[in-house]
Amino acid sequence: MTIPLSATAFATLAGLLKTRSGLIIGQDKVYLLETRLVSILRREKLPDLNALADRLGRPGVEPLARDVIDAMTTNESFFFRDDKPFQHFRLQALPRLLAARPPGTSSRIWSAAASSGQEAYSLAMILAESKALIGDRKIEIVGTDIAREPLARAKEGQYTQFEVQRGLPVQMLMKYFKKEDPNWRIEAAIRQMAQFREFNLLGDLRPLGRFDIVFCRNVLIYFDQPTKTRVLEAMAAQMPPDGLLYLGGAETVLGITSRFAPLPGERGVYGVVTAPAERQALAPAWVG
Amino acid sequence: MARNCLVVDDSRIVRKVARRILEANGCAVSEAADGQQALDVCRAGLPDFILLDWNMPVMDGIAFLRALRGEFGADSPAVVFCTTENDMTHIEMAITSGAREYIMKPFDEEILMGKLGQAGLL
Ligand SMILES: C[S@@+](CC[C@H](N)C(=O)[O-])C[C@H]1O[C@@H](n2cnc3c(N)ncnc32)[C@H](O)[C@@H]1O
Repeated sequence: MTIPLSATAFATLAGLLKTRSGLIIGQDKVYLLETRLVSILRREKLPDLNALADRLGRPGVEPLARDVIDAMTTNESFFFRDDKPFQHFRLQALPRLLAARPPGTSSRIWSAAASSGQEAYSLAMILAESKALIGDRKIEIVGTDIAREPLARAKEGQYTQFEVQRGLPVQMLMKYFKKEDPNWRIEAAIRQMAQFREFNLLGDLRPLGRFDIVFCRNVLIYFDQPTKTRVLEAMAAQMPPDGLLYLGGAETVLGITSRFAPLPGERGVYGVVTAPAERQALAPAWVG
Repeated sequence: MARNCLVVDDSRIVRKVARRILEANGCAVSEAADGQQALDVCRAGLPDFILLDWNMPVMDGIAFLRALRGEFGADSPAVVFCTTENDMTHIEMAITSGAREYIMKPFDEEILMGKLGQAGLL
């Protein structure tokens, strides 16, 4: 690319991404625009990002705008990522949730930035391993993401050899996957435990319904502070008083919202703080 | 204390790559080019864990693993396969024969160290 990105073109692209997906692109991240949008430029036969920005300013370009938004997402994910949250879910959150809900009620878990599905399926495998505990209770796993291509892969449940070696113990591979050369596919029984749909976290969360447990990991890092606050508070509104939120290793609620508070002694796990009046107490209902 | 790792692979390049990664992560590394050499190394002193190729001349990985378990018992040292064999039959054979983890080549530092971590070897 020879012609440098103009200030107006940068503002158009960065503005589109911020308003539509929450993604903040700083001046220092122009290279990201260049590397991730190059295939769109080629496909659209556009010489550079200035031309792309120009095109995006015209009417009738919604499909192109969607492609730009998708292409700029970082979809990196792996099974049992960081391990600790999944151990906490299996050993603490799940038994507590089951004890707190009368038999016959169903519970819901949300993988809020599901990408290609590794997080949702890690949870599904944990549920499958916990059958004795769960009995005939229904636990629904919903995976959502803004980006369509990784979501399609999530639905297929198909992973490369590289992907099934990241975070997934070989015992789990043997138990829950089948080889579909050259890839590996998670078995139907696990696939059926999770459903995936397109959803933008900046949108209205209410149509998604209530969630007992939310995994919202490694997505808030891309947003600015007001957006983080807005998303987290909307999530809290969809959760019961004993609801639990899991964030990624580089994310926190501290300084962002008081609708969640960290569970004492845990990293990355937060409990809902029930009523604004009780905020001073700062103890999530889950602990009490 | 540095963990002692024996890398068993008939490819000098694979041994070199594995050694570089393992040493950078604080392991002490010894090498063997086939199963027979590996058995000799083990008889002189057992490593903490073994990174094991499957297809090798003289004695292949699975024959070595069986011999190792026969001679030194079922539990230690831990064995992690690291091979181009990437089908379920091989994986199941490796695990039922006493391997703790299984890496399908090609591997990189993330996969190798991740698998060793999962196997509780770090
Ligand atoms: C790095 S991945 C995280 C995947 C998984 N949660 C994990 O921790 O491994 C971030 C995902 O967030 C999605 N994402 C980014 N902005 C979003 C938005 N506004 N609404 C929904 N998903 C979004 C991206 O498409 C991407 O798949």
